[in-house]
Amino acid sequence: MKNKPLLKDTDMQFIIGTLLRYGVWISLSIAAIGGLIYLFGHEAELVQYQTFKEHDHDIFSVLQNTFIGVMHGRGRSIILLGVLLLFLTPILRLVFSLVAFFFEKDYLYVGITLFVIGIICFSIFFGFAH
Amino acid sequence: MELAKFDQTPLQMTVLTFTLIMFLGAYCAGFIGSLSGLGGGVVIIPLLTTMLHVDIHYAIGAALVSVIATSSGSAAAYVKEGITNMRLGMFLEIATTIGAISGALLAAIAPTSFIAVLFGCTLIFSSLNSLRKKEAHTVEHSSPLALALKLPATYPDRTKQIAYGTKNVIGGFSMMALAGMLSGLLGIGSGAFKVIAMDNIMKIPFKVSTTTSNFMMGVTATASAVIYLQKGYIEPAICMPAVIGVLLGAMTGASILIKADPKKLRLFFSVIIILLAINMIYNGILGKI
Repeated sequence: MKNKPLLKDTDMQFIIGTLLRYGVWISLSIAAIGGLIYLFGHEAELVQYQTFKEHDHDIFSVLQNTFIGVMHGRGRSIILLGVLLLFLTPILRLVFSLVAFFFEKDYLYVGITLFVIGIICFSIFFGFAH
Repeated sequence: MELAKFDQTPLQMTVLTFTLIMFLGAYCAGFIGSLSGLGGGVVIIPLLTTMLHVDIHYAIGAALVSVIATSSGSAAAYVKEGITNMRLGMFLEIATTIGAISGALLAAIAPTSFIAVLFGCTLIFSSLNSLRKKEAHTVEHSSPLALALKLPATYPDRTKQIAYGTKNVIGGFSMMALAGMLSGLLGIGSGAFKVIAMDNIMKIPFKVSTTTSNFMMGVTATASAVIYLQKGYIEPAICMPAVIGVLLGAMTGASILIKADPKKLRLFFSVIIILLAINMIYNGILGKI
C-alpha cells in the first residue's frame, strides 16, 4: 500500500503543529490590537448586552463590513478580523492535512478530508438561510 | 439598543469596566478550566450569563471562540509530539462537524432557558466524568472497519512506540455526532464526550484520546462558529477579553498543573464547576436566563 510517500507522518505533524501555533498567536495579536483601539475610543460608553437581536447576514457581507471597518481603523472590526483569522486556523489545518494526505498517497483520507471541508463550506454558505 | 425587559434594574457599566471584569473572569475561567480538565470556554458561559447578565447567545459565541483558540493552541504541542492520531481525528470530524452544524441551527430556535438547563447538566456530567478513574487498555485485534479506515497507529511513550488498535467504530462515530451537537448548541468543546467516544467506546489509549479530542475541537467549533458569526452571536467587544483571558489563564493553570497534585486540584475545581452548573440550572428553570 505504501509506495514511497513524499512526506512522512512526522513531517506532516510538525508542519501542522507549527501552523496552528503561529496562527493562534497572530490572530490573537490582531484581536488584542483591535481591542486596545476599541477601548481607547469607547471606554466611557455604556454597555448593554442583556438583549440579543438576531441578525441574518451572510458571510460575504460580514467579511465586507469587517474589511471596510478595518480600513477605517475601527477597533471592533479589527477584533473581528483577528477572530476570523482564528477561525481560519482549523480550516487551514484541514487544507494542509488534505495536501499532506495527497503527498502520502493516502487517497482514502484525501476523500475523507475533502468531505469534512465540504461540510464546513456547507456551513458557511447555508448558515444564514435558516 | 433597547433596554432589557427583566424585572431587575438593568446592569449598566462602561465598556472599560466591562472589559476588565470580563478579562479577569475569563482568566479565572481559563485557569479553572485547565486545572479541572474541562477547558476554559465552559466556565465563561455561567460567568457571563449569571454574573454579568449578558444574553446567553453572546456568551456561547464568546465561549466557542475561546474553544477554537485553546484547541489550536494546545493541539500544536501534542501534534508535534506525535501522540495525536490524525486519521482518527479526521474521520470522526465528519460526525462532529455535522453534529455541530445541527446544534448551531438548533440554537436559533431553542428557548434560552432550555439551553441554560441543558448546559448545566452537561457541565455536571463532564465534571463528574473528569473525576472518574480511567482504565488502561489496549486493543490487540482491531475491527475490520477500523482496519479499512487505517485507524490503528502507534504513539510514543518515553523511549518506545506503543502500537494500538480500535473497534466499535460506528458506536464511536455516533457518540461523536452527539458531542458535536452539544458543542454547536452550547458552545462547549465537548471534550468529555469526545473522550468517552474514543476511550470507552473505541478503546483507544487515554493519552491518544485526549490529545486527538483536543485536536478535533477546533474544527468542530469552527463548523458551528461560522453559523454563529452570520447570526450575529459573535460580539467582538465580548470575545476579545474572553479569548485573551482564557488563553492566559489556561497557560497559567497548565504550568501549575505540572508542579501540583492533579487529583486534588481536579476535585477542588470540579466542585466549583458543579456549583456554577447548579446555579445555571437554577437560573434557567426560573427563566432568568
